[in-house]
Amino acid sequence: MFQEVKITPRRGWVQINFKELFRYKDLLWFLTLRGIKAKYAQSVLGVGWAVIQPLFSTLVYTVVFGNLARIDSNGVPYFLFSLVALVPWTFFSNTLTDSASSLITNANLVTKVYFPRLVLPLSSVFSKGVDFIIGFVLLMGMLLVYGIVPSTTVILLPWLILILLMTSLGTGMILSALAVQYRDIKYALTFLVQLLMYAAPVVYPTTNVPQEFRMAYSLNPMVGVIEGFRSVFLGTISFPYEWMWTGTAVSAGLFVFGLFFFKRMERVFSDVA
Amino acid sequence: MGSVVEVKGLSKKYRLGVREKKEETLVSAAWNSLLAPVRNFRRIRDLSALSSNEDSIFWALRDVSFSVEKGEVLGIIGHNGAGKSTLLKILSQITDPSEGEVLLRGRVASLLEVGTGFHPELTGRENVYMNGTILGMRRREIDSKFAEIVDFSGVEKHIDTPVKFYSSGMKVRLGFAVAAHLDPEILIVDEVLAVGDIGFQRKCIGKMGEVSGSGKTILFVSHQMAAIQSLCSRALLLHHGRVSIDDTVSSTVRAYLAGFEPEDSGFLHTGVSRKGTGLVRIESFELFDGYGAPVSVAATGASVELRFSLSSEQAVELDNLDIGFSIHSTEEDSLVTILYSSYVGQTFILDGDRITVKCRIESLPIPEGRYLVKAQVMRNGEVLDFPERGVGYLDMVSGDFYGTGVHVRKLTRARPSFLLSGSWTTVQ
Repeated sequence: MFQEVKITPRRGWVQINFKELFRYKDLLWFLTLRGIKAKYAQSVLGVGWAVIQPLFSTLVYTVVFGNLARIDSNGVPYFLFSLVALVPWTFFSNTLTDSASSLITNANLVTKVYFPRLVLPLSSVFSKGVDFIIGFVLLMGMLLVYGIVPSTTVILLPWLILILLMTSLGTGMILSALAVQYRDIKYALTFLVQLLMYAAPVVYPTTNVPQEFRMAYSLNPMVGVIEGFRSVFLGTISFPYEWMWTGTAVSAGLFVFGLFFFKRMERVFSDVA
Repeated sequence: MGSVVEVKGLSKKYRLGVREKKEETLVSAAWNSLLAPVRNFRRIRDLSALSSNEDSIFWALRDVSFSVEKGEVLGIIGHNGAGKSTLLKILSQITDPSEGEVLLRGRVASLLEVGTGFHPELTGRENVYMNGTILGMRRREIDSKFAEIVDFSGVEKHIDTPVKFYSSGMKVRLGFAVAAHLDPEILIVDEVLAVGDIGFQRKCIGKMGEVSGSGKTILFVSHQMAAIQSLCSRALLLHHGRVSIDDTVSSTVRAYLAGFEPEDSGFLHTGVSRKGTGLVRIESFELFDGYGAPVSVAATGASVELRFSLSSEQAVELDNLDIGFSIHSTEEDSLVTILYSSYVGQTFILDGDRITVKCRIESLPIPEGRYLVKAQVMRNGEVLDFPERGVGYLDMVSGDFYGTGVHVRKLTRARPSFLLSGSWTTVQ
């Protein structure tokens, strides 16, 4: 294989070498695998934690917000109402914290070997995918227990997941690129994620948000995702196409911006990591 | 075919930390701490943005140009901070150059560390795949070479054990085994041979030689002159970020060893504090190699001469002069060894105003590092001269002490203060 590489100073916005990224797909795979295995290594419950995390949060929210604060849950059991939201939300928040620190925790790689740095935040998102699938199976099980049949809009699920992925990846890339240089991101993120949860309809329905703010509110792509999940599985509201379109536009914007921002910052990673 | 590696006018600058000014009043200190986030932000932002403030810029590499032909093994040597690692990092595409360009024709593999990406919780097998893909191999490639890699590493039995239970030697062996099977056209290696036990080091050097024998191009950084000399045909000497010599390996290594600039730290200047009667004074201390040429460093295991010049202002013959020196570790301030001429049954006579005496040591058993030499002149139990700060430094570089090509440098983690050699045999 003949290959010529030219190394010159890079400035400003640069192109993304998808071909190269593809060449490193095996690395992406193994990093993802490493992320999954290393996370549950030497733990008694292992992958069981992927069930416990959303399940217990749901139970706590059900008691606090459902039973004590009596927040409206669009007529479905509050338990299901929040579980449906927590499955995509847990994925999003875990992805955020994990990918933000992906470059820092792998600083030993970044400063020692060349590979497309993008595989690091990508692999953190993908390794969280396993937790998402487990959470999803849990959700399916609960629906079965409650005897709820998803609506036909379930065929739109890939669309929801696409927005979820683009939002997670986009924010993940932006945060990871920033976090290499500004460690504040890491500290800020732990409570920022909590705050963000209240900015999304996880514990309350969007119908509780005053009409005049809903447009601005739905700029958060997670609004469309969560309400979409609820609509599909619980039929709380009709499928929120309007929020979905806004969500798609915003998440695509985040994703593309994240990609280029990451590439732009990439050249200084090894110097500041 | 032309050069495989072409480096043109390569420069790399880093920003140096600029010291913060201290506040003097409580109010300004308080005000200052309020502004700290703003200042921190500027400072952290500037980590990547190089300001035009020339004071805070450090050129790790400056206008470096060279090219490497196909099949050539180029050694890169230089003192710590000469820019070797920066050069390798640019060639490995880990960091960007600030100016200039590099052209690499062929598949590059760079080994700046052994076992990069090893995760303690994963098994040896999983880590081979992990490490291999990080170094740019594909899964299929690793599949086909897996048996060979495991065989080379010698950890077959533990291949399915998590790496955290491995000894450090096993980890290194497995890491190098992966790297050795990269099969690149251009191999960039940084000091990785300096790890592992002797047998494995031999194996690595052998493997590198094999790689270079098969027409591969190798760029090799090391502090081990013996390894450089046995592997490379040509060598670059970097000095303060510039290429100072680009020549055959033997002449570059010679220049490197000679290039330890003798440091006149004013040990024997007039006015330094001395003890003794002053009847005789130590005027100078110099180091010579085994062939009688002045040198500024000595290699462990090499023959050296320590020469001392003594002078006297008295016009009388002074006999029974006993001259001794001691070698002290500069790191721990401990005495390594001491030798007076009288210990070996020798005293000197100073007849006239000046005499130079030498102490020849056949195989200096002192490991790499900087040592302080102190000297004292005695006569009939009376101290004549003792410069209290010492007479000079003894700088040692790693050498072939055992005559086996094995360097002491990183054999053990503990730093021995002196070395022994002996013959090992089975008792009949």
